[in-house]
Amino acid sequence: MLILLIVAMAAVTYVPRMLPLVLLQNIALPNYINRFMGFIPYAALGALIFPGVLHSTGTNHLEPAIVGCIMSIILAFLRCNLILVVGGGIAGAFIVNIVFL
Amino acid sequence: MEKKSEFLEGLKVGVPVAVGYIPIAVAFGLLARSFAIPNQITILMSLMIFAGASQFIGINLLVLGASYSEIVITTFILNLRHFLMTATLSQKIEVKVSKSWRALLAFGVTDETFTIGVLRSDKKLSKYFILGLNTIAYFSWNVGTWIGLFLAPSLPDVLKASMGIALYAMFIGLLVPNIRKSKTVLVISCIAIAINSLLSWLPIFAGVSNGWGIIVATVMSAAIGTCIYPEGVERE
Repeated sequence: MLILLIVAMAAVTYVPRMLPLVLLQNIALPNYINRFMGFIPYAALGALIFPGVLHSTGTNHLEPAIVGCIMSIILAFLRCNLILVVGGGIAGAFIVNIVFL
Repeated sequence: MEKKSEFLEGLKVGVPVAVGYIPIAVAFGLLARSFAIPNQITILMSLMIFAGASQFIGINLLVLGASYSEIVITTFILNLRHFLMTATLSQKIEVKVSKSWRALLAFGVTDETFTIGVLRSDKKLSKYFILGLNTIAYFSWNVGTWIGLFLAPSLPDVLKASMGIALYAMFIGLLVPNIRKSKTVLVISCIAIAINSLLSWLPIFAGVSNGWGIIVATVMSAAIGTCIYPEGVERE
């Protein structure tokens, strides 16, 4: 039964990825739509990050997530490699977790 | 040969994403195992679904005892943002790329591969470039899942909990450098954050799920941007 669930989840993940890519092949969209779409990645990243990040390291304490998040922002702002940004975020959360909690 | 060099270029550009996926996928494997999800199911999820946020939410709901239909609907709502992303990507891929190739490439579209592809440059993307990018991301996602399942149960609990932040750190790593380059990007992402926070915290929006919150915040913020910035995303 679990397999059926996975197949259904795979289907509802694949279809929204596939339809626009296949159907909008030859359609040149008007300028304002393209402008709208140009904003989508930044808007989506913002909404994906916050407030979801607050509960990413467990529901009881927000501190590890907040410190990890700040670490990642600083490293990203300094134009560090994505690997360092992810590693620094985990390290920040980890340190708060072991030292303070 | 152009095919090969485009493919290799895609692989190369995908390396930071692939390495960033490892801790996230390891965290997914760990979490699934600690929830007593059968290993073959976890492996199958990474092979067939290949979407971090969906997979994390899927196992969380499973453990909370949600019904299958509830899980599938939540996954679908969460993935509606990919409609927006692949619609954007459709304008960015070379027009000559066939429908069957597009259907294949679509499987590998994630928040990260999309962002890397779309923000890469002003020129159109070739199918081999995207294939390279998707391939390395897919490979590392699955390898990471295996590592999480089989090697990491010995990791201490605090480290496992801390790794939950990996997915978000990756999003931050993709967004912040663009905020630095453009004030428009800062405004757009802050509007999205503000709307999503209101939807999450105001009691009158208590019925709005996380998936819908993300979609509504994304669409509203991009629409506001379209109205207040007639020149689009400016680049310095």
